[in-house]
Amino acid sequence: MSNHAHAAHVHHPALQHQFETLEQQQESATLGMWLFLVTEIMFFGGLFMAYLLYRLWYPQAWALGSLELDIVLGGVNTVVLIGSSLTMALAVRSAQTGFPRATVIWLLLTMALGLVFLVIKGFEYAHKFHDHHVPGPGFTMEEAWGPHGQQVEIFLSLYFAMTGLHALHMVIGFGLLSVIAWMAYKRRFSPGWYTPVEMAGLYWHFVDIVWIFLFPLLYLVDRAHHFA
Amino acid sequence: MSGHISPLRLYYGIFGALMLLTAITVGVAFINLGALNFTVAISIAVLKATLVVLFFMHVKFSSRLTKLFVATGFFFLLVLFTLTLTDYVSRGWLTAPPSEAGQLGRPR
Repeated sequence: MSNHAHAAHVHHPALQHQFETLEQQQESATLGMWLFLVTEIMFFGGLFMAYLLYRLWYPQAWALGSLELDIVLGGVNTVVLIGSSLTMALAVRSAQTGFPRATVIWLLLTMALGLVFLVIKGFEYAHKFHDHHVPGPGFTMEEAWGPHGQQVEIFLSLYFAMTGLHALHMVIGFGLLSVIAWMAYKRRFSPGWYTPVEMAGLYWHFVDIVWIFLFPLLYLVDRAHHFA
Repeated sequence: MSGHISPLRLYYGIFGALMLLTAITVGVAFINLGALNFTVAISIAVLKATLVVLFFMHVKFSSRLTKLFVATGFFFLLVLFTLTLTDYVSRGWLTAPPSEAGQLGRPR
């Protein structure tokens, strides 16, 4: 019995019984998280594939479609989201170095920036609804699109599918971070164990990477060709 | 636990680089480079994503097994794009020349 008591004493409370050390546990968690992110890469990959293919078929419609998107709002959102990745990285760092108060503050800041992103996205969507540029029965084509109207509708369908799925990931990330922030507030993390903060960070950065590709592909690409 | 702790200036430096690259990609979007616009936009996005993966997601300081997992994901994404595009892009390459009716691949 004394042996058992001794073992329980040296074991970190967060160490699950199937692992030898916290390092091994963290390594497993990291691998598992990346495996999940790989499935996410393929999940978004299907949509990027559809985007590529239709862009190849309908280049004019893609140029016209990207002009319908607000480059200022898209650009501001890019800055906001990359900023939230910085605050997330700093949240992980302060958990690593043992500053729980700073961890909570950085996490709250990350969530606030995520919220700003979603509000701006909401305004963009509202504008599209107002203009009847949402694919479906009420979709209204512009004179300027000429014969490419239906193909612009395909572009906008992909725009809504890709940014909508991305926004859904942001909402899930927001919920995830609120749990992590609560745990940090309850002083559950230490330099010895901060795995949940690191894993939430991986997820948040992944969502940022998706946007890093969505922004140029939807808002920027083919924009210049219109002025030629 | 011995996770790698990066210095603060590395994080701020990466953030600065990401902002700079964002500014460049927006600027280039207004210059007509023909087909190169797409190449430049994608190259900058790949560079930005690489910076996030290596430094914000700590993959540079992770185990070789983790690095392998990450590389596997992007490798299969490339397989998806390449195999699909080799099909769609090459369709019609091997069909007969157009008939007088002008329809590709339709027998006379």
